[in-house]
Amino acid sequence: MKKDIILCGVGGQGILSIATVIGEAAMANGLHIKQAEVHGMSQRGGDVQSNLRISDGPINSDLIPEGKADLIISMEPMEALRYLPFLGKDGWVISSSVPFINIPNYPDPEKLVQCIDSLPHSVLIDIDTIAKENKIPRSANMVLLGASLDTLGIEYEKIKEAVTKIFGSKGEEVVAANIMAMELGRAKANIK
Amino acid sequence: MGKVKKKLFLGDQAIAQGAIDAGISGVYAYPGTPSTEITEYIQDSQNARSKGSARSSEAAENSGAEGGKIFCRWCTNEKTAMEAALGSSFAGKRALVCMKHVGLNVCADAFVNSAVTGVNGGLVVLVADDPSMHSSQNEQDSRFYGKFALIPTLEPSTQQEAYDMMRYAFDFSERLGEPVLIRLVTRLAHSRSVVELSDRRGQNPLHYPKNPMDFVLLPAIAKRRYATLCDLQATICEEAEHSGFNRMPDPVDMAQAGENRHWEKGVIACGIAFNYLSEAYPEGFPFPVLKLSQYPVPVHAVRRLAELSDEITVIEDGQPFVEEQLRGILPIKTRIKGRLSGELPRTGELNPDNVRVALGLKPAEIYDKCELVVGRPPALCQGCGHRDVYAALNEVLKEYPNAKVFGDIGCYTLGALPPYRAISSCVDMGASVTMAKGAADAGQFPSVAVIGDSTFTHSGITGLLDAVNSKSNIVIIISDNLTTAMTGGQDSAGTGRLESICKGIGVEQEHVRVVVPLPKNMPEITGIIRDEINYKGVSVIIPRRECIQTAKRKAKNK
Ligand SMILES: Cc1ncc(C[n+]2csc(CCOP(=O)(O)OP(=O)(O)O)c2C)c(N)n1
Repeated sequence: MKKDIILCGVGGQGILSIATVIGEAAMANGLHIKQAEVHGMSQRGGDVQSNLRISDGPINSDLIPEGKADLIISMEPMEALRYLPFLGKDGWVISSSVPFINIPNYPDPEKLVQCIDSLPHSVLIDIDTIAKENKIPRSANMVLLGASLDTLGIEYEKIKEAVTKIFGSKGEEVVAANIMAMELGRAKANIK
Repeated sequence: MGKVKKKLFLGDQAIAQGAIDAGISGVYAYPGTPSTEITEYIQDSQNARSKGSARSSEAAENSGAEGGKIFCRWCTNEKTAMEAALGSSFAGKRALVCMKHVGLNVCADAFVNSAVTGVNGGLVVLVADDPSMHSSQNEQDSRFYGKFALIPTLEPSTQQEAYDMMRYAFDFSERLGEPVLIRLVTRLAHSRSVVELSDRRGQNPLHYPKNPMDFVLLPAIAKRRYATLCDLQATICEEAEHSGFNRMPDPVDMAQAGENRHWEKGVIACGIAFNYLSEAYPEGFPFPVLKLSQYPVPVHAVRRLAELSDEITVIEDGQPFVEEQLRGILPIKTRIKGRLSGELPRTGELNPDNVRVALGLKPAEIYDKCELVVGRPPALCQGCGHRDVYAALNEVLKEYPNAKVFGDIGCYTLGALPPYRAISSCVDMGASVTMAKGAADAGQFPSVAVIGDSTFTHSGITGLLDAVNSKSNIVIIISDNLTTAMTGGQDSAGTGRLESICKGIGVEQEHVRVVVPLPKNMPEITGIIRDEINYKGVSVIIPRRECIQTAKRKAKNK
């Protein structure tokens, strides 16, 4: 088992909590992990990404080589495409469909959707609306994680345990909201 | 998981835990990406001991050196940090100093001289380099400083090695009586992996140097100490030759090679370069490799590699430190490839892809870059007080087409970008004040400096004294958000004392002006800026409003 995952988005969107959940679950499964993060300047509204590698064997590089990612999980559609050269030919893109527009030259969102749809394996999902309609507005990132669950190669039960462990200190309500968010995302993505 | 304790650690956290387990009594640091998390981890661990709230200065304060606690309060700058650590070492304790690469420039005097005095308690200087300048002004390579100061230098390739090296470095430092430099790069500092922990060593008792006069660097003593340091070089080199962190893994075809062992290629992979190399050859290396993680460059090991191969490719993150040493000036039989010969890019960090290319491997088949994607530069937060400062400043400076604003380093440097485009320079911590002064000396008017509160106490105060002494006609804006925001909101050394510092240095009482940077106060702020530009002398304007990120965090933790 080996999964190379690029998590991306805009500084402040919460990609690191997705990484923490997957990392925790992988660790509980006895898998090897390497996870390179971006801290610093770009966290101020710039593009951010994290390279997460999990495997049942030792992992060498902290960075994912080009063309090797199994999965891009993105909180933002343009950011998903930024890392296209890293995506393997059979890789998945699971992305929020909601553009985050904080620059004057943001491209035409329609075209971004077309581009993502044209990939062999992709899911675009309006995580913000799903989170809002279900009154769990702070769990949008967990909706996205849910959408990626069936491509991760880690049992859902293990992910659920990780969420319970990580968010446990914030109370049962937060744990329940995050688990609900994941299930909504998983159902919506409907990856078989 | 059995008996061994395993933790998922950032490289920085592995260093921090390694230092705690090596028995340090203090960590001395000024924040700087990518080194900040080391000190924060130690602060959190001390807070957990005393059940205080995370990262507060109160908790840091009540963890003095006695009783097994670890001193971990932020220092004012890297020089004060380095010197305090040397003082702790003088008193027999183990001390860690942490900084980003450019911080080593700030404390270079103390750093280089600490090799001449030597140390008593173990002293480790941890410097995190930032190849590719993810959050920095340059990509200088700290290994040069290690060589320059004539001290051992370590460069971990994994989080586990980072952890293990701390214990080794402190032991070695005490055995040798010299500081040890450890160099991290961003990709290790900010990448997580599982680390196995060892037992914790206790702290040293207070004890004094065998020869306390060693620390008095009068020429006669310094000459003797310098000669001793030079004599130690043989030991330091020998240690690198036999270091467990330097290895020569056998090529996969070693068995077939028989008598006539020779390969076309040989590779030296420094620090994390070894990971990228291993990534390219998952089945093992088809040629001899020297994994280098301890310097000085082990001469015998390199010669052995050269005997086995016709050419050597040097893969190192940062500058061509090893490559240059191999090349020398006169021709040699072995071909040397690396950053200087163009096999690897001269600038920017290593990655698995440029390492593949340098080794002559086929690049992977990949999707083309998507041409819809545009850059997304960082920006000042919505509602940030720095925004109001720049709005006001731009408003007033419209009336002065020749005005120049010298900037400094921090979140407010983002005022260089649209929509403000407000500053003309950003060079090093504190340079806004002194560059504005120098420009004013040269006839520039208006000459304005914009500096953050933490940067001002780091290195702006001495410049202000220069300006006051020469009655320079400048306006200094200390944009005070009550924290060190750029690096994540650490305590700022001068909080609550900026006005008294400025007045104490000699700025006239009526020209130290405090305002609250909010849109509703725009007329007041622009008025003050205008008045102070017209005053012929040094003025300090302090727009003060809490960083909105800090404010949010505080509200959340309530
Ligand atoms: C010598 C040196 N040390 C540390 C840093 C890292 N660094 C950059 S900006 C900054 C802090 C800035 O704080 P402040 O001046 O208060 O401005 P703010 O970010 O809060 O607006 C630090 C620590 C650096 N660039 N150079």
